[in-house]
Amino acid sequence: MKSAVVQLPGLNRDRDMIAALTKISGHKPVTVWQTETEIPDVDLIVIPGGFSYGDYLRCGAIAARMPVMQAIKVKADQGVKVLGVCNGFQILLEAGLLPGALMRNASLKFVCREVKLEIVNADTDFTRAYSNGQVIRSPVAHHDGNYFADAETLKAIEGNGQVVFRYAEGTNPNGSINDIAGVMNAKGNVLGMMPHPENLIEAAHGGSDGRGIFASALNVIAA
Amino acid sequence: MIKARVTVTLKNGVLDPQGKAIEGALGALGFDGIGQVRQGKVFDLQIETADKTKAEADLKAMCEKLLANTVIENYTISLA
Repeated sequence: MKSAVVQLPGLNRDRDMIAALTKISGHKPVTVWQTETEIPDVDLIVIPGGFSYGDYLRCGAIAARMPVMQAIKVKADQGVKVLGVCNGFQILLEAGLLPGALMRNASLKFVCREVKLEIVNADTDFTRAYSNGQVIRSPVAHHDGNYFADAETLKAIEGNGQVVFRYAEGTNPNGSINDIAGVMNAKGNVLGMMPHPENLIEAAHGGSDGRGIFASALNVIAA
Repeated sequence: MIKARVTVTLKNGVLDPQGKAIEGALGALGFDGIGQVRQGKVFDLQIETADKTKAEADLKAMCEKLLANTVIENYTISLA
């Protein structure tokens, strides 16, 4: 399975993401710069975390208007899998590829810690390696991860199984409505999440709970 | 040249943690009777045109495309 990692000025988790994808799939992902208008033929496009454009205006707002996002929209419409982590999630929301918005953490503080994540929907291309209700560990590091959607949208995404991850066991770090930590689009090929699974994939990280997300998306789940 | 001001505010019902913190700080400073504080953004723009109708249409497009996130924010446009 081939993958691509998107690079924009201010993103700083791209190397972690490239390392995770390379280790899990055995293939180095291609990198795609923000001005590209076409994306190579890949099965998975990842927008990593960081602080694109210094978080100016709103987190992800300016990145979402860059040419590469048009190319990603085209690929997403064709069914290519797209994963946005942290700032990548913010960018996907600002680009209108996912429902809702991310706001300043309720505590107003940057949070950098480990949380517990419940796999709410294990029947997706990103979570097949897990089972419904399974709780995994995951690091988070963000200032604007407070997920919000209006009542109607919330009802729709909860009803459609689009809520993929929830903060579990009272570890909601940011005030997200319904403890939502990750959502996907109705078609199920675009997923955004605030936690950083790429930082918990091997023994050197102190665990490999996040590995299953990439293994699922890259179709390399160990038997 | 036309001078314009765009004001972006959070929609009703959207939680505003920053407004809440400011509300608390004002209370701590001894300002009583503050019902609610909501934080927003102001953009002052100078547009090189004399055509007010076009400027208004352009400003609306700017708000929809970039200045506001209409999932959570409202905007108003005023021309000087």
